[in-house]
Amino acid sequence: MTSDIAAILAIDGIATGAVYALVAIGTVLIFTVTRVIFIPFGDIAAFTALTLAALDAKRFPGTGALVVALACLATLIEVISLIRNGEIRLLPRALLFYLAIPLAVVGIAWLTMRMDPPLAVRLVLALMLITPIAPLLDRIVFRPIADGTVLLLLTVSVALHFALVGLGLLFFGPEGVRTEPLTSFSTEFAGVLVSGQTMLIVLAALVFSGLLYLFFDFTLVGKSLRATAVNRTGSRLMGIRPERAGTIAYLLGSLMAGVSGILIAPVNTVFYDSGFLIGLKAFVGAIVGGMTSYPGAAIGAVGVGILESFASFQSSALKDVIVFSLLIPILIWRSLASLHSEEEIEE
Amino acid sequence: MTRFHVQLAAAAVLACLALAPLVLSPFSVTLMNYIGIYSLVAIGLALLTGVGGIVSFGQAAFVGIAAYATAWVSALNGQSPWLGLLFGVVLTCGVAAVLGIVTLRLQGHFLSLSTVAWGLAIGFLFGNVEGLGRFNGISSIPPISVGSFALVSSAQIYYLIWGIVALALLLGYNLLDSRLGRAMRALRGGNTLVESLGINAFRIKLATFVIAAFLASLSGWLYAHMSRFISPGPFDASMGIEYLMMTMVGGAGSLLGGVVGAAIVTLLKNSVQDYLPLIAKGASGQLEIVAFSALFILFLQWARQGIVPSIARYLPKIRRERPQPAPPLPRRPQPTPGELLLKVDGAERRFGGLVAVNNVSFEVRSGEILAVIGPNGAGKSTMFNCLTGALRVSKGEIIFAGRSIARDPQSRIAKAGVARTFQHVKLRPRMSLLENVMLGTHSRTSSGLFAGAFRLNQREEASARHEALMQLERVGLGDKPFELAGNLPLGNQRILEIARALAADPALLVLDEPAAGLRRQEKLRLAELLRSLRADHLTILIVEHDMEFVMSLVDRIVVLDFGSKLCEGVPSAIRSDERVQEAYLGGVA
Repeated sequence: MTSDIAAILAIDGIATGAVYALVAIGTVLIFTVTRVIFIPFGDIAAFTALTLAALDAKRFPGTGALVVALACLATLIEVISLIRNGEIRLLPRALLFYLAIPLAVVGIAWLTMRMDPPLAVRLVLALMLITPIAPLLDRIVFRPIADGTVLLLLTVSVALHFALVGLGLLFFGPEGVRTEPLTSFSTEFAGVLVSGQTMLIVLAALVFSGLLYLFFDFTLVGKSLRATAVNRTGSRLMGIRPERAGTIAYLLGSLMAGVSGILIAPVNTVFYDSGFLIGLKAFVGAIVGGMTSYPGAAIGAVGVGILESFASFQSSALKDVIVFSLLIPILIWRSLASLHSEEEIEE
Repeated sequence: MTRFHVQLAAAAVLACLALAPLVLSPFSVTLMNYIGIYSLVAIGLALLTGVGGIVSFGQAAFVGIAAYATAWVSALNGQSPWLGLLFGVVLTCGVAAVLGIVTLRLQGHFLSLSTVAWGLAIGFLFGNVEGLGRFNGISSIPPISVGSFALVSSAQIYYLIWGIVALALLLGYNLLDSRLGRAMRALRGGNTLVESLGINAFRIKLATFVIAAFLASLSGWLYAHMSRFISPGPFDASMGIEYLMMTMVGGAGSLLGGVVGAAIVTLLKNSVQDYLPLIAKGASGQLEIVAFSALFILFLQWARQGIVPSIARYLPKIRRERPQPAPPLPRRPQPTPGELLLKVDGAERRFGGLVAVNNVSFEVRSGEILAVIGPNGAGKSTMFNCLTGALRVSKGEIIFAGRSIARDPQSRIAKAGVARTFQHVKLRPRMSLLENVMLGTHSRTSSGLFAGAFRLNQREEASARHEALMQLERVGLGDKPFELAGNLPLGNQRILEIARALAADPALLVLDEPAAGLRRQEKLRLAELLRSLRADHLTILIVEHDMEFVMSLVDRIVVLDFGSKLCEGVPSAIRSDERVQEAYLGGVA
């Protein structure tokens, strides 16, 4: 391997890693706030790419139907649970958040699409359509078992991933998509050609993690999310609703996943089931950060990207084997580095 | 319900299973074969996850290793499938042992995540290795032959599959009811208790892990020779998750749940395949996985326990007979009364910059009750943890019975004759009183895996059972030995912990705040019990902050304050010591 090839591989790896980093940060966000290891984030990323491709092709994406179906289901569950608890006065609110807003989003997207909007608007539409999915799934799937163990939540999250893959095939079909590059700009950097898309990916990753940092440190909502992550009961006593914090976390997380989906779509062909590996590799990055640290997760995810890039140069067939085998030493290191109390293991 | 009724029910089920191929259609028999093959993996996983508390997403990889091993031996190299079985089992168990040695020390969800990692890595390997057919798989695998009789049709291999399942269940239940099985059942809920009983938790975990892999390898072998063709698909990550679903649906704590879960999941998948096309034409393939996942999520939301435990609650309890007298277990040589038993010399323990225990020295003589007392934050619990091996001292020496134990792990200290109880009671609430106390006899007994599975351990078991009953009677809990420990009030749970410690035949009994949270009557009963133990020449070290409880009971007291020893002496001298009064009451009294 010459230094030229190494440089190309490194740049390629950093770009892939930056995409994983966005998803990894979302994964850490959800885990700290809700204790759910949300494997389906990769699917959310892939669905965004598919949505954008459908919009580019002037077709209304299946995401719309998916959001409508999930919104109806979530509303039904929420209304039943409200009536059961005798909290009928909260019904209008529930209808607004679980039914009206998601339906309005789909409606706006549908109307805007008829006007043949430019690329920037299509990007916004794709993100708008994708963000309600995870919060609605949270209401339907995770909230009834919010008090369960991390392992129960993980098992459910894996099952949810399979359900989403099935839905993905149903709503988007089996064809892979590759969207138009967002920019055709390219430049030479240290003797290696770097495409504008690559720079855009890295830039987006930096901007969004920066925004997230500002959000957490300088807004009250961000602080309430951090409080929930540290202690659910304590923050509840301070008037923060963990459910609401969870919803915000899911919204933010899916936004990050959506951005990464948009960024990866021009580089890699995305299929309805491409999300699993994106999600898992982001997850490996998140583990490097101990599932709690955002910079740690981002660095870990970039590391996974670089590793994958070099591994696929050595043996493209075995690159996934290499990536996941290397997870084990990382896990051992993390497990040794983190102190566990005995009491958290339940009978 | 007695044991006989259970055996009768098992015989009836076996008879039904034996007759099934004569009645059922060939398709149903094939379905039954799949259920049997999946059951084996699920039984192993029930042992690993439900009993041992290790959640594995990677069992499908073990099935795959064995299936590919036997296919390589029989289809690619023309050898007998039986040689394939041997190769598959050895290879799978070997891989499991290596993976286990590397990963089983991981904690909490790190361990489960590592199973995802190696499950995926091994799964990807099948499709990418030269010489294993890549994604096309390996075809024309020969059937298993018994002598010259080849098991070709599904009704023929049916008996082999279900024979192995029945055997696995029988041996599994035997094992769970043995010395090693009790240790496995104790794993769930943390290592501290297990280690304090002289059990090497890591070795028990490793054994459980390899047993589960062994069952998976049998399943892989049967699968390869039943379907006669293998490809990477059935061994990938999604199948690993499906096995976990089977175990959880059946009820993770129960081996039978593995079979029930495998049956339900397989039949459900089959009927989803049958009925979905009627509801949604054309989209059935996609909807199948959606419907299946949705059903699983609903199931986890509504019945986390699983089916078998939910049903078992309504069945009549199995009546058990009180253990019969049996030859006693060997006892360790006890120190002569008055002899120096434990010597703590200049012990120091730091947490970063905080010195929790600072240069503490004291001695315990055989046959006395010594209390270590002190106000909150005095370093009592840290001192206690150093004595029992839960923490290491940063400096200083701890000598027990003439040997240094300052650097020993917990299980070694326990084996040397130090038995402990816990401030926050650590019992196994779903095990009976008798079984909880039998855990204490672990280091005095020796029967292993095979003796347990094949019931060659009955003499030793009878002795251990009788010993446990005697200890229960000694502490006054002998009237209901088969009650579940979780049903006892706190006071009796403390006393049960003492019975468990006594069952280890200790030379030194160390009690961590035994009076905490007890009512007055319970405290009096506890004090009386401890006095009666002293009368039997047992040496006791109590760490406690309840002055009243300690004063009337113990022979000598060591007072700690801010990590250092304040003073030492008989209760009356401590009571009148001004420094102690100052430490406890702030100097006003």
